[in-house]
Parts: sequence; C-alpha cells; structure tokens
Amino acid sequence: MQKRLVLDQKQIAITLDRFCHQLIENHDDFDNTVLLGLQPRGTLVLDKIVKRLKEISGVEVPSGYLDATFHRDDFRRRDIPLKANETKINFLIENKKVVLVDDVLFKGRSARAAMDAMIAFGRPQKVELMVLIDRKYTRDYPIKPDYCGRKVNTLESQYVSVEWASQGFAQDAIWITEKEVKS
Amino acid sequence: MQQLSTKHLLGIKGLTAEDIQLIFETADNFKDVINRPIKKVPSLRDITIANVFFENSTRTRLSFELAEKRLSADVINFSSSNSSVKKGETLIDTVNNILSMKVDMVVMRHSSPGAPHFLSQNIDANIVNAGDGTHEHPTQALLDSFSIREKLGDVAGKKVAIIGDVLHSRVALSNIFCLQKLGAEVMVCGPVTLLPKYISSLGVKVEYDVKKALQWCDVANVLRIQLERQQIKYFPSLREYSLYYGVDRKLLDQLDKEIVIMHPGPINRGVELNSNVADSEHSIILNQVENGVAIRMAVLYLLAGVK
Repeated sequence: MQKRLVLDQKQIAITLDRFCHQLIENHDDFDNTVLLGLQPRGTLVLDKIVKRLKEISGVEVPSGYLDATFHRDDFRRRDIPLKANETKINFLIENKKVVLVDDVLFKGRSARAAMDAMIAFGRPQKVELMVLIDRKYTRDYPIKPDYCGRKVNTLESQYVSVEWASQGFAQDAIWITEKEVKS
Repeated sequence: MQQLSTKHLLGIKGLTAEDIQLIFETADNFKDVINRPIKKVPSLRDITIANVFFENSTRTRLSFELAEKRLSADVINFSSSNSSVKKGETLIDTVNNILSMKVDMVVMRHSSPGAPHFLSQNIDANIVNAGDGTHEHPTQALLDSFSIREKLGDVAGKKVAIIGDVLHSRVALSNIFCLQKLGAEVMVCGPVTLLPKYISSLGVKVEYDVKKALQWCDVANVLRIQLERQQIKYFPSLREYSLYYGVDRKLLDQLDKEIVIMHPGPINRGVELNSNVADSEHSIILNQVENGVAIRMAVLYLLAGVK
C-alpha cells in the first residue's frame, strides 16, 4: 500500500503550538470561548490543544466532545448505520464563541452535522472551525476552516490517516494512503 | 457490532445478546439527547411511522410517539376502536392500506399472540411489536434491563424476581428472555394459579412465597394483576391477593438487604404494590418510564438503519 507522509511528529507539534497561539491572539483570555472536539477523532486533537493551551497561557479553556451521528445527512444511505459516540458538554454555548476542532476536513458534511448538533446546546455568538488537515477541492458544502494545519491535494481514492502515539502508533504522524481496492 | 441482526423487533427471543448491548449503547446516547435543552435530533426525518394499536395503551403508545417525534419521524396513529376493523376489515388489509400511504415502519399492539410475526411475513415495512397478547412486549423488557443496568451497573449475575400475574403477562416472558440473555438469574413468584404450568422449563426458579423471593433477589419486578384478561377466578379476592402477594414497606423492612423495586405500570396501588414502596427510594418506576423513551428511540433508529 502506497503511503505519503504529510506531517511528522515534530511538524504536528509545531502546528498545534501555532493553533494555540492563534487562539490566544483571537480569543484573549478565553472568558467567552469554548472548544468542542468532534467525535470520534477530533477529540484527540482537542485534548492536545487544551493541554498545550494550559501550558502556554495557564488558562483551562472550557471544552467538550460533540457527537453529530444523529444529525448526519447520510443515515440510511450507508450500508450500515454509524455508531454514536458520547457527547460530553457540561455547559451551554448560548452567546459563546465556539471553536469546533476536528482532524481532517473532507466533504464538509461532518462539520455541517456538527453545527446542527451544536445548536441543541444554545445559540453561539460565533463559530470557528479548526482542522489539522484540509483536503482541497473535495468539499460538498461551502465550509472552510478558520485554523488549518496543512492543505493537501488528494484524490477520492485516497485516505488521510491521522496516527497518534497515544493510540498505540510508533509516533504522531499524518499520512495519505491509497484505499485498498476490493478484488 | 453496528447493526441489528434483524429487520423487525418481534420479540426478545429473536435478538442476540449483541443486539441487546447495541440497543443499550445507542439508548445511552439517546438518553443524553432527551436530557438536553433541545431534545430532538433529525435522524428519522425521512421516515413515516404508523402506530397501529388494536388494544388499549397509554404509556407505551405515548412513549413510542414521543420517541418517534424526538427522532423527527412523521407519525400517524391508528386505534382499532374507531376504525374499519370494526366493520370487518382483516389485519393485512388494514395494514396494507396504511402502508399504501408510504409508511416505512409499523409499531403494532395486538391482543393476539403472534400478530406482528404474521404481519412481518406479509408486508415489507419494519415491524416493532408493542405487545402481542400474553406473548411478548420486547421494548418493555429492554427498558427494564436497561434500568437495572443503569441502577446496578450491570445485569449479568444479578438476581431478578418477577412477582405476580406471570400467566397473563407478556412483560414477564420478554423479561425472562432478556435477563437470561444478559446473564441474570430469574425467579418467578406468584400464586400457583397465576404461574404457567411449565414455566420452569425456561430455566427460571419458581417460588410461591413472596418473602422468600424478595430475600433471594437483587431486583423485584412486580407485575400488575390483569383482571381484564382473567375470564375465571384465579384467586378468591383482591384483598386476599394483596395480603399474600402485595409488596409493602413492612415486607421490605424484614429483609436483611436493600432491593430495587420495579413495575411496568399501570400500578394497582394497594393490590400488588403499596404506595409506601412504589414512591420510596427503592423504586425506579419513574426511571423506567424515562428510559422507555430512550430505548424506543434506539430501537427505531437501529431498525431504520437495517437494509
């Protein structure tokens, strides 16, 4: 299987640091800002951002996990239904600035569903989107990230896989791989 | 596992333990949804569900209807009391007429055991059994076990006593299947006339003394005396039944442990269950009702996803 490295461990760490500094620039002391990680994989990015933000600025930013499974537009159009994950939001987002965090932005459908799911917790003042990888020219919806790690050109036939050392991989890395062709 | 092994929910008997776990895990998420400020998700927005009730129901029907609306499905309600069934229409004709209006799922309650099974062999829509005579009531059993899991952490290894009118109870049979599939031990307790003759062949313990049953169990699921299904006298009087089999505070205080009290409703207060137990800290009866909506949302969501 062909694999192409997009970001290695060091580059990911630099990107996450940049995200933190951009957030501090835009949100000052985070007194009206919350971060939401999109289930399942955006939560891993979120945890790292929250931890790093605390190290850099000493602020513990309110954060939660958002699952958009029940708000997706492809239910009954897939072969099998998606299994839902836990939504863990212990606050209302009414009038808050919300930063949605995910690992890869592809068609934009997950982000759309996430915005739909998010509304159940109140009417936010502003919503921003943060992604590690933006797959260019693949969007189905008019959605673009406010914070982006790396833009990549990919084909429909490719995957972007994000590997974390905390998930048992050798080190943090982001790869573009070819989907296996079923014979 | 992400998908149910069946297209219909006809009974617990046709489910695997994995199916039940999947329903529980999905219901956990829906319970979270129904406790939010906005309690609705759009999952079933392109689905129409018919609630076809050939027998009276308040709680189950409301619970299903609420679950359907929380999932954004379109809902139509049908009850036999004011329909063409009274004019002699057959079951298949009635349901086919409803399906011609492009209905995707049918939730059905019927007084004849096996009616939903019969229907599932003759029509295309997903069928959910909301109670068929004295046979099964699968969503009630699922919500009962879900409530035990929520209260005690797990169902496996727990001892559950089903007390009362087991003979006429579809809740009892579905509960026995469900609890056993999840690894619980089950006992039935009641007057000999209200326990089916061969019930022990299902692998349940049989007890006639309610005090011994309560002492044995971790959870007591107390059933309603179903006078409407009793054509003959099964016991001399309600007063006598209450004296021998009614669960009250005095009885619970005599036990050397705390047990959980459940009831599928509606309660005949002062007959099978006394108010000082039904409204006590031991009771999880109202939790059962709340969990009923989450379980039914999970069942409808998962069945709608089966291709």
